[in-house]
Parts: sequence; structure tokens; C-alpha cells
Amino acid sequence: MVTGRLIIEVRKPGMLTTVQDAGRQGYQKHGVIVSGAMDEFALRVANLLVGNAEREAVLEMTMIGPALHFRADALIAVCGGDLSPTREGVPVPQWQPVWVAAGSTLEWKQAKAGCRACLAIAGGLSVPQVMGSKSTFLRAKIGGFSGRALQSNDVLELGARTARQEERIERLRARANGSPMLAEPVSPAWEIFPNYDLTPEVRVLLGREFERFDEASRRRFFQEAYAVTPQSDRMGYRLQGGALQLAKPFELISEAVSIGTIQVPQEGNPILLLADRQTTGGYPRIAQVITADLPLLAQVKPGGSVRFRQVTIGEAHAALLERERNLAKLRLALAL
Amino acid sequence: MEAYELYPLGDAALVVNFGDVIGEQIQRRVQVLTRCLQERSLPWLIELVPAFTSVTVYYDPLLVMQSVGRCGQGASGDVSSIYESVCDMVEQVVRQMPDAGSFQAREVEIPVCYGGEYGPDLAEVAEGNGLWADEVVRIHCSGEYRVYLIGFAPGFPYLGGMSERIAAPRRSSPRLQIPAGSVGIAGRQTGVYPIETPGGWQLIGRTPIPLFLPDADPPSLLQAGDVVRFKSITAEEYAAWTAQQK
Repeated sequence: MVTGRLIIEVRKPGMLTTVQDAGRQGYQKHGVIVSGAMDEFALRVANLLVGNAEREAVLEMTMIGPALHFRADALIAVCGGDLSPTREGVPVPQWQPVWVAAGSTLEWKQAKAGCRACLAIAGGLSVPQVMGSKSTFLRAKIGGFSGRALQSNDVLELGARTARQEERIERLRARANGSPMLAEPVSPAWEIFPNYDLTPEVRVLLGREFERFDEASRRRFFQEAYAVTPQSDRMGYRLQGGALQLAKPFELISEAVSIGTIQVPQEGNPILLLADRQTTGGYPRIAQVITADLPLLAQVKPGGSVRFRQVTIGEAHAALLERERNLAKLRLALAL
Repeated sequence: MEAYELYPLGDAALVVNFGDVIGEQIQRRVQVLTRCLQERSLPWLIELVPAFTSVTVYYDPLLVMQSVGRCGQGASGDVSSIYESVCDMVEQVVRQMPDAGSFQAREVEIPVCYGGEYGPDLAEVAEGNGLWADEVVRIHCSGEYRVYLIGFAPGFPYLGGMSERIAAPRRSSPRLQIPAGSVGIAGRQTGVYPIETPGGWQLIGRTPIPLFLPDADPPSLLQAGDVVRFKSITAEEYAAWTAQQK
């Protein structure tokens, strides 16, 4: 292990840039939400590409990314939505490990495709673990970088890099031959990518209260596209489309809700719960997005829309297993 | 064998539900099952969320598949039966669960300084119920409150058992900042705000003891299943408590 303080200065914070890892598990019974990167696929691939542990913390940026100044050489990977990363006007390759020289300033310009990107840096981000996770829990002001989104002039320290990460950086620096940025010629096969789309179709399981909705609503839910409204954030997306009504009203006793739960308050517009969802809820649940399709949602911005298609729980698990096999292949390819 | 129901919450959680009545009996079963599942150290278990009438079991589908494969109960890699497998394993625990009568609730006393700057709505709650302020305090302190659920905010207890005689509607416009430790009433519920947050509850007092400490283990003072009592303290005692914690 090589220790040292590798530092990044925040020149511009972007719209909402936070430290996120794979989430804070095990504390929901204390009312502590899971948080974590919205696009788990992008998080894991970005970390794999730079040789970090898959659950390591990254910077998650939203719509308008930050400007970051690297005081030392770094090995990075930018995955997820295309928010146009550049180094002095030159595009930074995405979904690929990239070496950047000390003194580089990377700037994310605008969301070209998708909505959120993960920046993984070899060595990871050196912020304290709170309840076993580095993820930022914004409302409670805990975790991540001082419990909040990045601001201008923040200084981020990186964790220690492994010998292998150091070797890769040495090799790239030598190959770069004086130029300040060089991508390593490895990237995941496109077949393993989720079908990122501004208007994706996502697979769902029927929710516990699906049958309690009237017949027209049950049909409508699968026929219509639901628009993602501007009142959408890391906690959940407020959707708008054909209103969904219960056949007859009833009182529901609060119980756990999860990432991907689609709940319907009385006015009939569904809310799709995401990374910063509350731990429990009391609205009827019409459906539940399968785990394998959650990354698609992370990349839908307000103005986009979502369609739903019903699958069985067996199909949901098969899709998840396929994703894990693909990631295992990528892991193996990178280890060689 | 008492009734229960199992159903999925998506592809990575399942719910064990004991009924549709909020009450002590079902709550005890929720607590007993939560403990039993925790004690098993099941490799595929991610976490448990006990609620009013249910326990939600978060699992890792791939670890379920592996663990079934290892036990020789089926071919490893059989993805089609992950849900059935996890249901079987959870049901086994439900069936062997000891009687809910065995559950010993933990008792927690929470000191509260009522009224004044700490409880700006105490007079309003009293007036709305045709009581004197000290009667509201006496009634609030004489109750035994069961923690049904920790949720809404880190460490926030949903407490059952408040007397209807001190019930009060939510404020028509919520406060933007409610200090941590505030004790409030909304409808027939009472609760304590563990962190500073906006909220519409009527505030009758404040406790000097922290309900949520992110670096403590466990981070939440209260756990679902606990029995809570409030104890009235003076402003001087409040100050002493606060000083003691520094």
C-alpha cells in the first residue's frame, strides 16, 4: 500500500455532487435511510475500472457536474450518464480508466445523455465511515463530505492506493509521453450495459396493493407512459400520467418501503421511491421496479418518462443474476 | 399456530405480516420474530425492519441461491426458486418462534422539561382540551407508551398509548425548524424529534437527552418494542442534564 494525501480541490460544486457508496445497510430499523449511488451499475463499474472495491465511495454528480482540480496524478473512471466531462476542452473518455496528470482540472459541462454520473478515483475517497458507510444522508446531515453536498473550495482527500493501482498510474504516465491525460484501452462490453434511455421501459412486480386499484387504473398503469416531473430527486420521482384510483378507499398500516417501490397517494399520481427514500410508508403500493432495472431510472431526468412492464419474481431474479454474471466477467477481464 | 402472511416487497425483500390491527399482542410477535431472525446470523440476511404489524426481511437473492446450494436442498444456480427458498427459511423461523408472552420489553424513561420556551404549544394543547397546562403534563407523564416503529427520521419513535384527553390537531402551518429533542403531539400521537427538522406537531416540551447519535451503537436510543415513560423535569434540571453530556 502506498499512503499519501492525494488531494482534489472543488472549483465549482455542480448542481448536486455528493459522496455515495453502495449504501448504508443495516440501520433502517433505526430510521436511517439507505442512501447510496442512484445508479448502482455505474458505481460498481467505475470502481472496478480503477481497481477499487466495488462498493467504494464515488462522487455522484447530477445534471450539471462540478469542476475539480487534481493536485496529484490520478486514475479515474466516469460512468453513468454523459455529463460531458472535459479537460481543458478535451473530452474525457467515459466508461474507461483514465490517467490524469497532476495539475489537471476536469470540468463537467452539461447533461448530454442521462442525468447522473459517478466519478471513481483509484484509492477511493477518504471520508469517515458513519454507520458503516461513506454515503451522504443529506437530510440528517451525516456521512459523506461533512454530511452535505460539495461546495466550492472544498478539499477532498483520497484513500491509499494499492501497489497495482500505483503500477498502472506509473505505466500510463510513461506511455502518455508528456500529454496530460491517457485512457487505458479497457472498457466493458456494451452488451452488459443496461438499456439507458430517456424514456425507458422498466420491469416491475405487482405491488402488495395492486388488486385494490380499480380495473381502469390497473390497465392504465401498464398502458401509459408516466412523465417524470421536476419534483423528482434522490428520494423519489413524482410521476404524472393517467391517475390511479383505488376501487374503494382503505386504511393501510405503515410498513417498510424499498428502493423501486411505486406508491400512490390519494390524488392518484404515483411516487417512485429511490435511493434516499424513507424507511417506511403508508400509501398503497401498486408495483415495485426490479433491482436489475433500477439503474435505468437513475438516468431519467425531469421531462423524460417511464413505462412499466410486468414480470414475475423469477424473471426479476434471473435478470439480476445475469447482471451479476456480466459484472463477474468484467471483474475477471480486468484482473487479467 | 397463530396466523401470519408472507409476501414479497420487490425482488430483494419479503414481509412477514401478523395481522391488520395495531396492538400490543401483534407488536410482541413482531419483536419476537425480529430477535429470532437476528440471532440466526443468516448469511443472506441484509437487514430487518420491524413495523406496526410486520417484519420486513431484506435479503441478497444471490446469497440465498448460494446458501440453498450449499445445504444440498436444491441445485445451486436455480434462480427460479430463490423466493420460495427464502420464504421456506423465514417460515421455519416463524414456526419455531417462542410464544409472544416471552417478550420482555425494555423500559426507557425520558426526562422532559414541559412548557415555556421548550414547549411553546403547551398552553394551546391545554386550552383545546379544556385542561390546565399542568394537567396536560400530568396526563402525558402518567402514560406508558409503546414504541411501534422507528421511522420518519433517524431515531424517531412512533409511540402508541397516548390519552385522548390531550390529543391535539397538527399546526395549520408547520414550523420550518424544530429543535432536536422537542416533544410533540399530533392527533392522538406523541413523539420526540431526534434531529432538527421541519414539522407540524404541537410542541409541549423538550428532552435534554439525545435520541439519535450517528456514532453510537446502536445509534437510536429507542428500539421498536420498548416501553417509554416521560418524566417532568425543571428548567434547572434540564440545564444540568445538558451540562452533564458535554
